Amino acid sequence: MIVYLLCFILLLVGLYGVLTKRDLIKIILSIGILGYAVNLLLILFAYRNNSIYPILSKGKEISPMVDPLPQALVLTSIVIELGTTAMLVALAVKLFEKYNTFDITEIRRLKG
Amino acid sequence: MPVEYWLIFILIVMIIASIAALEMDDILSSIVAIGIVGLGVSLSFLFLQAPDLAIVQFLFEIFALIILVKAFLGKDYHKQAPSRINKILAGLTIITLTAIFIFSVSVFELLPPFGEPLMTTAQYYLDNGAKDTGAANLVSSIILDYRAYDTLGEITVLFTAILGAFTILRIKSKSKKENSELSNATK
Amino acid sequence: MQQNEGMTLIVKTVTRISVWMILLYGIYIIFHGHLTPGGGFAGGVIVALAFLNVLLAYGRKFTSDWLNIGFLHDLEAASATLFLVIGILGISMGGAFLANFLTKGELFALISAGTILPLNIVIGIKVGMSLFLVVWVLAGFKIEKGD
Repeated sequence: MIVYLLCFILLLVGLYGVLTKRDLIKIILSIGILGYAVNLLLILFAYRNNSIYPILSKGKEISPMVDPLPQALVLTSIVIELGTTAMLVALAVKLFEKYNTFDITEIRRLKG
Repeated sequence: MPVEYWLIFILIVMIIASIAALEMDDILSSIVAIGIVGLGVSLSFLFLQAPDLAIVQFLFEIFALIILVKAFLGKDYHKQAPSRINKILAGLTIITLTAIFIFSVSVFELLPPFGEPLMTTAQYYLDNGAKDTGAANLVSSIILDYRAYDTLGEITVLFTAILGAFTILRIKSKSKKENSELSNATK
Repeated sequence: MQQNEGMTLIVKTVTRISVWMILLYGIYIIFHGHLTPGGGFAGGVIVALAFLNVLLAYGRKFTSDWLNIGFLHDLEAASATLFLVIGILGISMGGAFLANFLTKGELFALISAGTILPLNIVIGIKVGMSLFLVVWVLAGFKIEKGD
């Protein structure tokens, strides 16, 4: 329970960064924090007490395993996050080239 | 020491590091602090018995660090002092988020407690995965056999994101060239 | 010897040895995805990091001579198509899209688990090439100061 709440606080910290920061680099980092928190929350739901990772190996007796389904979903989500981070970085660099600043209020003022 | 105490410790370190990453002025320090958060996630995955994810998260961290440092360092970057309206907005946001947190505590009480998941579908995968697919790694058997269609969609998303990055970096430089040609013509 | 591009001679010499080890480790991770932790996603990122190692140590010009960048673009697009081809082969041979139509084999053998091994290889190529190419494009992007 308290683990869930701490992970939720991490998510809210990321949300705070997205909502209040004016700097494009900080916004990209906040989106990264949001991604970490969501992935970790999904894996926290999957943990089962006194169980092992869901991989069979030779000569090991059958024992209870953790839930493999959220792990499979998060595995793909992490790689997508890498692709979207690269795309956001490309966008930010392009905006810097055009407006010579990373400040979004400044960019909004210089529109056109 | 049970897993839960380790996780509480790691999560507190991660929250402090993420706040530091958002509030520090220097960009390199922010990127390093984000690295601490990511490695904390990787360590938590190891404690939660997910070695697949720990490997991928660790590599993600290295890769994101290289991309961010290569793209953002060396730009002449100067921070402006925050205005008063910005401070008021930040205060309002903190109050709203605290309210969201307080109201969501009761939602988390509805979930199954930590360490006792429901596992209705997953128990089938654990019992029959090796027999159905012949793969020893059950996570791999889910992403590439039971739910391979999801992976196809995921590959499409990755392809589109990378194509988007290529397009963003290419198209505008062309328009810039046209602009310079235009300005040359007007001169 | 050109010293102005890339890093120092020490870094270049270490990279010449280490890049093959990193590449081999990535290929190992991809091929053992159905037996041990890892798989196409982790192995693909390791392969991309191996190429990135060369790009960071030797600079852009040497890398474009060493690797055929256009071929990597083709490989990236082809691997996405190959995933679909394996899926459609599943319709004709197994009765469903992406059905596991190859032989299952023994449980802990390397050649086992039907289509999971080829799909892992396809995903490894796809992830590795696309992530390397995006860094390649980002690194080659120079900001031209407007007048």
